[in-house]
Amino acid sequence: MEQEKASLTGTIVAWLAAFVMFFPILWMVITAFKTEEQAIAIPPLLLFRPVLSSFGAALAQSGYIHFAENSLIVSLCSTALAVLIAFPAAYAMAFQPGKRTQDLLVWMLSTKMLPPVGVLVPIYLIFRDTDLLDTRTSLVIVDALINLPIVIWMLFSFFRDIPRDILEAAHMDGVGPRGQMIHLLLPLAAPGIASAALLAIILSWNEAFWSINLTAAHAGTLATFIARYSAPEGLFWAKLSAASVLAVAPILIFGSLAQRRMVRGLTVGAVK
Amino acid sequence: MGATTLQAQAMAGDSLARHRRRSSWLLLSPAVILLALWAFVPLVMTLLYSFQRYNLLYPERRGFIGVRNYSLLLSDPAFWTAIINTVMLVLSVLVITIVAGILISLLLNQNFPGRAVARLMAIAPFFVLPPVAALIWKNLLFNPISGLIGWLFTRVGLHPVAWFTTSPMLALVIIVAWEWTPFATLILLTALQSLDTDQLEAARMDGAGPVNRVIYIVLPHLARPIAITIMMESIFLLSIFAEILTTTAGGPGEATTTLTYLIYIRALLDFNIGGASAAGVLAIVLANIVAVFLMSAVARNIEA
Amino acid sequence: MEEKSVARFARTPLAAKGASLRALSRLFPLLLQALQVPKLQAPTLKAQAKEGSTVMQNRLPRARLLAATLAAALVGSGVLAAGGAEAATLTIATVNNPDMLIMQKLSPEFTKETGIGLNWVVLDENTLRERVTTDIATKSGTFDIVTIGTFETPQWGKNGWLDPIGDLGAAYDMNDIFPSVRAGLSYKGTLYAVPFYAESSMTYYRKDLFQAAGLTMPTEPTYDDIAKFADKLNDPSKGVYGICLRGLPGWGENMAFLTTLVNTFGGAWFDMKWEPLLTSAPWEKAISFYVDLMKRDGPPNATSNGFTENLALFSTGKCGMWIDATVAAGYLYDPAKSKVAADVGVAPAPIAVTPHGAHWLWSWALAIPSTSRQEADAKKFLAWATSKSYIDLVGRTDGWVSAPPGTRESTYKNQDYLKAAPFAPLVEQSILTADPEHPTLNPVPYTGVQFVGIPEFQGIGTTVGQDIAAALAGQTSVSQALAKAQASTRRSMIDAGYIQ
Repeated sequence: MEQEKASLTGTIVAWLAAFVMFFPILWMVITAFKTEEQAIAIPPLLLFRPVLSSFGAALAQSGYIHFAENSLIVSLCSTALAVLIAFPAAYAMAFQPGKRTQDLLVWMLSTKMLPPVGVLVPIYLIFRDTDLLDTRTSLVIVDALINLPIVIWMLFSFFRDIPRDILEAAHMDGVGPRGQMIHLLLPLAAPGIASAALLAIILSWNEAFWSINLTAAHAGTLATFIARYSAPEGLFWAKLSAASVLAVAPILIFGSLAQRRMVRGLTVGAVK
Repeated sequence: MGATTLQAQAMAGDSLARHRRRSSWLLLSPAVILLALWAFVPLVMTLLYSFQRYNLLYPERRGFIGVRNYSLLLSDPAFWTAIINTVMLVLSVLVITIVAGILISLLLNQNFPGRAVARLMAIAPFFVLPPVAALIWKNLLFNPISGLIGWLFTRVGLHPVAWFTTSPMLALVIIVAWEWTPFATLILLTALQSLDTDQLEAARMDGAGPVNRVIYIVLPHLARPIAITIMMESIFLLSIFAEILTTTAGGPGEATTTLTYLIYIRALLDFNIGGASAAGVLAIVLANIVAVFLMSAVARNIEA
Repeated sequence: MEEKSVARFARTPLAAKGASLRALSRLFPLLLQALQVPKLQAPTLKAQAKEGSTVMQNRLPRARLLAATLAAALVGSGVLAAGGAEAATLTIATVNNPDMLIMQKLSPEFTKETGIGLNWVVLDENTLRERVTTDIATKSGTFDIVTIGTFETPQWGKNGWLDPIGDLGAAYDMNDIFPSVRAGLSYKGTLYAVPFYAESSMTYYRKDLFQAAGLTMPTEPTYDDIAKFADKLNDPSKGVYGICLRGLPGWGENMAFLTTLVNTFGGAWFDMKWEPLLTSAPWEKAISFYVDLMKRDGPPNATSNGFTENLALFSTGKCGMWIDATVAAGYLYDPAKSKVAADVGVAPAPIAVTPHGAHWLWSWALAIPSTSRQEADAKKFLAWATSKSYIDLVGRTDGWVSAPPGTRESTYKNQDYLKAAPFAPLVEQSILTADPEHPTLNPVPYTGVQFVGIPEFQGIGTTVGQDIAAALAGQTSVSQALAKAQASTRRSMIDAGYIQ
């Protein structure tokens, strides 16, 4: 159905709102192309000759590619792991609910309320003893577990919207849970799985506390890359902006491509 | 579809139900066991530490001291301030993001030129690393001498505001709300897309103005997505940390010291693992009290 | 099926090192492709589902999705295992200061000479400290070399967490290193870290503004002088503030400066019985002086200005005076980085009642954790990075003004350095006269000029720093802030067992 065209005022206000939200990011990108002196000039410079020196400085010594690679691997693998574990659990909760299903779901979400700082030492000791400190494995495990409740919850919402008669019919035909999951649920819920995965990837990409505290030279992600720019000596506004652009760009591009899909997944369960 | 219907259906065939209950556990167990390990092992260790004198910097002085860590914490005025700050931060960010989220999603749900780009721009802040977000705001925007907002203030004849000195909590709330408004927008926008346009059209024909249409048709439709947004955001907002560390370091005074930040001071500045663990245990207890209230309210909505 | 995959994932040997990234990179497009499932609107989805045949047609993409996800997870587990120490590669944790970044840049020279590879972990000061302390205190052995300061070194040496430095060879010339710096990095006469650079604190001022206002900086300024000058120089309408001082809460931020201020006002953190003295007259006077001065002549938002922010302010001409680390001089005198390079003047840190503890002593130093498995190689790097020839190398490659300051007498006899760094004699004098053993007018049970050398001080200093920032922000009065600080400090000291 064709939606009625917005009024001029409506259009302007909508664009204004979008612009205000986006402005800090835009300003960061602009600053990244300035010299350090230009970056703190007052009145702020809007017209200037863009320079790439800040990007050069940010890339020079820091092994950006290495951090980006870690971010990519950790967020993809942790998401894959989380989805693998969440899929059967969400299936069971959605299609074979018991009296305790609701409580179980609530309990799962509440595990996310553990403040990470409070358990750093126990977790650190566990990874030390399993020889997993500074490995991507440790981050994959942690990120997967952190995101697991949300992935389960999203998949659960999704599954509940799938007509039960299909599964009933399949069951009558002698198809077991495994067959139902693989042959029926997976294709039907694919958009939901994709959107849950996308959200998990973004959350894992932006996770900073564990990424910094469990890694050293090998497994650091882009959050670690940024930590070196948060308070160096001297003027650093432009360099910081350049480094931030580098850290945020991949996920921003990825997120914008994935945005529409993610939106659907978050709310298909919610809007019915 | 309500839970009762689901359960009724599940009970339809008796053999079916029994078969399912068995396989159900098999399917749930990986997730449940892993989450239980993740939640309980550190929790048990934290509980143990919370009854010990345990400072990482004094390896030789470690031992059981009973509830001393708890009594010290509960008698510390900073602890109560931190709880108030946490509640203030979470509540104000929730209110702002929900209101802004509703407004922005209503605006972006219109049919206007460049809508896809505008949506993307409004949602982009969600993809920014938290420390980066804090640093942009602190250095490029809020700085009263070289920041953009201060300059804009002087242009209109106002004095630049020293945000982190005069109203640190407000500044922090603005930053965090900026990060999380896109999340609310994202969810509410999709919810709006599934709104039945015929109903709105009919209301318009009946002479309902835009405001009335929003109040009587749109908002009730959004009730459930709003509840879900509140639940998910509170989970993340309770553990806000990087933004505080990079901008105000919990100050001035204790103006922006939240419970999470207080635990950080105990754990990673004092390296007082005993004290930090006690605070951590109390934080978990508090979070669960909040969770029970919040979740039972929202859970009704999930099933509704 | 699902449980089995999970089990297989868990069992996959993590030691499958070096599993090729290429395999994974081939998988990503596949994974993404698999995620590009056709967009199904909810009604269509239901309609489609009702027809079994349609479902069957969808089998191919669905199988691909599952395969891709599984494969990514499995291959991932191999790729993940990358890491762990390889032979003759040292892991170094360091702070993101310009001097350290030069060291990182020049370190291929070391690898060329010795064949020892280096892995760098560069973090900001706070994160570095948390990260390194957690690792060393839990004896996890992640780092072969750590960058620590004069605060940590004696404490960690006492705990047995660091290898004693011992002999670094005749060419190293240990006696060339300033004795006060060596003392700051020792515990009971044993050296536990070698200084990379060292700093004291001093007064920076703008010669041009002083001249315009008809003022002269005395050779030994007092805080009364400073206050008078600040009043005259302050001109916010022109974007110049009379004085910039640290206000950002933190034991290494505002409290470093404020502790020297309290020292010279005749005060101290503790008496000989470890009773906190934060409500004593010197504290009241010093903090009131600071708050009044900053409210009158300081920049707005002072509570979020630390060393970095003030350096940016001064170097862009916003401050008439600034009292801070001597290490800033190298930056402020460099015309490429500082707008005021031609107009900077330096004077000793001001004095109020006593010269004791009026200027601090800090050093970033390199140490070897006792958990390192590569002590011998690590020692080679320590000797290289803190040697005379390294300082020479920096002088040749990055200019003498960038040479690591404050550690060696020979640097201060080098004509090239003295020419490039006119502030050098004052820096040398300040470092030599800083006395961490006797930091205050009256005797105290601790060492350290701008800090108290006990583990609890990080927490105490930061909390007190917050209280004073509250007074600076105008939320409380100075005496309220100090009363609060006194109470919380006393509580911490009781908790830690200093006060029975």
